[in-house]
Amino acid sequence: MTEIVPEPSGPELAALRDRLAAAAETEHLLDVGYAIVDSPVGRLLLAATDRGLVRVAYQIEDHDRVLEQLAARLGPRILRAPRRLDRAARQLEEYFTGRRTAFDLELDRTLSRGFRGVVHQYLPRIGYGRTATYREVAEQVGRPRAFRAVGTACATNPLPIVVPCHRVVRSDGGPGQYAGGPAAKTALLALEAA
Amino acid sequence: MATTPFDAVVAEHGGRILRVCRAVLGPTADADDAWSETFLAALRAWPDFPDEDRARPGRVEAWLVTIAHRKAIDVTRARARRAVPVAEITEPAPVPEPPGDRADQAWAALRRLPDKQRRAVAYHHLGGLKYAEIAELLGGSVEAARKAASDGVKALRTALAGPDEGARS
Repeated sequence: MTEIVPEPSGPELAALRDRLAAAAETEHLLDVGYAIVDSPVGRLLLAATDRGLVRVAYQIEDHDRVLEQLAARLGPRILRAPRRLDRAARQLEEYFTGRRTAFDLELDRTLSRGFRGVVHQYLPRIGYGRTATYREVAEQVGRPRAFRAVGTACATNPLPIVVPCHRVVRSDGGPGQYAGGPAAKTALLALEAA
Repeated sequence: MATTPFDAVVAEHGGRILRVCRAVLGPTADADDAWSETFLAALRAWPDFPDEDRARPGRVEAWLVTIAHRKAIDVTRARARRAVPVAEITEPAPVPEPPGDRADQAWAALRRLPDKQRRAVAYHHLGGLKYAEIAELLGGSVEAARKAASDGVKALRTALAGPDEGARS
């Protein structure tokens, strides 16, 4: 019996999944749509709600786990919906090829609450190719003694690269912790210094 | 409430449900439509799917097969409504089907099964439903569901036992 109806091929199923994502978009059924893109710092997961880009995740964060967290926080109606991420993917590609120094994207800041949110809002003011120390950022957001909390905020930035937490470094010149790992942070700083 | 990303459900069960739709409707655009409608309906309802059921083996599959059963019926009905009645006289004489390869013969044998047998076979052997669940979907007793599936498999074996029997095994 099972041999009569063969196992569908990968491309067949991929086409049906694309069609499902398109229909879900049309009916506004998705809590989150995501795409996986290649980059010089590894594969990146890009996720967006109806309001905008909500999450950028490095491979070392474990994309399956990130999707589970998004399901718990934002709702489980999640599908791969690359069209929703077209603009973000294009701007990231421009960034990585040195043709873009600032992002122009709708952002959904739902995952940046409280003091972290304040820090994340401030970060884009550190311009392309420049850096600031954790202490300087703490001063800039009016909490000069909260530099450790600034460190935590940077490490838990839900929108790395786009919200440039990689530009915040230690006072001794070390790169400091980073969700994408120290090598990714160093690579981004090198890219911007070129 | 379900906290599993729905994408994981499609990845895990998409192939199985497509096979169920194709077994019931043939390897056609109708089967693709039924698949899409099934997962769209499941996506809509997914936040209300209880997490404790998600952890139980077979619960998600059974839920999806049940939706696919209804969507296959919807798709068939919609096509019947769309079909334009044509005066019999204009209908071309049926062309005798070419013998086709073994895969075509298999699909044809499946298509010739009585509806209840075809569904019982599809839901049990491809969908993984228990006979009690099939009885609920198709009506009748659990024993009748079991018999429909076993008669269906028997009929398929007989239909496919041709001169090239064994050639593939």
